Amino acid sequence: MSVGLEHYLVVGAILFSIGLFLVLAKRNAVGILMGVELMLNAANLTLVAFSRFIESPRPIDGQAFTVFVVTVAAAEASVALALIVAIYRVRQTIDVDRINILRW
Amino acid sequence: MAVDDPGVVAAFWVLSATTIGGALMVAAVRNLIHAFLFLVLSFIGVAGLYLTLSADFIAVVQVLIYAGAIAVLMLFAIMLTPLAARDNSETIFLAPAAVLAGLVATTIALIAVDTSWPLSDRGPFATTAAALGEALLDPFVLPFEVASVLLVVAMIGAIMLVRED
Repeated sequence: MSVGLEHYLVVGAILFSIGLFLVLAKRNAVGILMGVELMLNAANLTLVAFSRFIESPRPIDGQAFTVFVVTVAAAEASVALALIVAIYRVRQTIDVDRINILRW
Repeated sequence: MAVDDPGVVAAFWVLSATTIGGALMVAAVRNLIHAFLFLVLSFIGVAGLYLTLSADFIAVVQVLIYAGAIAVLMLFAIMLTPLAARDNSETIFLAPAAVLAGLVATTIALIAVDTSWPLSDRGPFATTAAALGEALLDPFVLPFEVASVLLVVAMIGAIMLVRED
């Protein structure tokens, strides 16, 4: 029994789809953000798996991409959570279905 | 070249089960705080998967930034919105979202298994931190600098958004 690239790609695919499900189905803004983080994690996992298994003159590049994805994820999470707190101050809710003052 | 070491293979299956099980529990549990705890478990499982891929630096970064910083940030967001619903089970479009997510997972997994990837037999990395540092400061120096600007912008933006006055 051995573990190859495909195993990691399938785990990444399942993790991505769970994140996608959270983003689509959750009504709580923090729950949606959790889904986004899971999707980014799945992308990182596939990048690192490719960097380990694929023939390349510079195999470490996949891990360098992962460092940038983690940086952007941290920036995204801080701004998104600040937005959530700012919306909560005005509306006393972070349910995305009830933040609908732009709807006519 | 696939990994044959029985310890790594066993670790892969255990860590995959932890990661996917944690992610599924995030979707399933009713309390938002419990969902958050399972999310941290899933992040740590991904860090272990990085270790089985011999990406030691990325694994440490994953624990520090995801399981540490981003998790604490999320906990603060949950704690700072006390009157909002803590109920994680409220969902919209449950069935279409589940079907779409299942289709996406199936499609990506089938493509991943069906493609003949140009596999290398170089084996695990002996060390990654030094090579990663060189990669960040030689071919990726411009994105590296842009990333630092992005972090400053995000930090100032977050402070401006939640400032009270």
